[in-house]
Amino acid sequence: MSYNNFMKLQFASRSENEAFARITVAAFVSQLDPTLNELTDIKTVISEAVTNAIIHGYENEAEGLITISARIEDDTVHITIEDQGSGIQDIEQAIQPLFTSKPELERSGMGFTIMENFMDNMEITTRLGEGTIVRMSKRIESKKALYN
Amino acid sequence: MSLQIEMEQHRKALIVRLKGELDHHTAEIVKARMEEAIRREDSLHIILSLKDLTFMDSSGLGVILGRYKQIIAKGGRMVVCDIQPEIYRLFEMSGLFKIVVLESNERSALSSLGVAL
Repeated sequence: MSYNNFMKLQFASRSENEAFARITVAAFVSQLDPTLNELTDIKTVISEAVTNAIIHGYENEAEGLITISARIEDDTVHITIEDQGSGIQDIEQAIQPLFTSKPELERSGMGFTIMENFMDNMEITTRLGEGTIVRMSKRIESKKALYN
Repeated sequence: MSLQIEMEQHRKALIVRLKGELDHHTAEIVKARMEEAIRREDSLHIILSLKDLTFMDSSGLGVILGRYKQIIAKGGRMVVCDIQPEIYRLFEMSGLFKIVVLESNERSALSSLGVAL
């Protein structure tokens, strides 16, 4: 038995939409019966990636477009968060724990570290001046038994 | 999804109760309110009371670290109490417990600072 489903969400790069994005994706993932911890992990990584797109990708300009797609394949959720913003100059540096390009904004520099820790996989594709795509996936434990 | 901030001065400690969701959007308000309170009141210590904080991400860590630096510069301490398991995981992962003391509730937080009545 295999199960597939998908969703796509587009919204303006406004900080008000951070909560909207994480709650919407969490609602979509809920059909896999995740544990409370798994759901919190998903909400947190969505919040991190969307915040990055707003602050770094679009430099806090509210006119940018953020696209989230989520796909469920059996017991795994695949999520991409995409912006057409400024891109990341040095990915190796950006993913270092505590590294931030904006210390004046009190950024903790933990965004990518959290995404790497809370998800099973994380990949970043970026082009300067064109934008960034973050792809992540996570297997939902409660569904493992059904598909093993 | 918003955030409510409640503050109470208890001798030299400022108790800050955060209720709701602390993300990049709400962190700005927390930063402004706490910065002002730390400057205005003669607070030496901060107790962050997080019983009703249901969500937090790295923007929350940033604002907490910022206030930690502010209070340390004045010679004070920061104590966190009543923390939810999901937020505990984030604190632990980011190493925040290496610098911030964790207590189970506001009363024990106050006693640990030696400002309990």
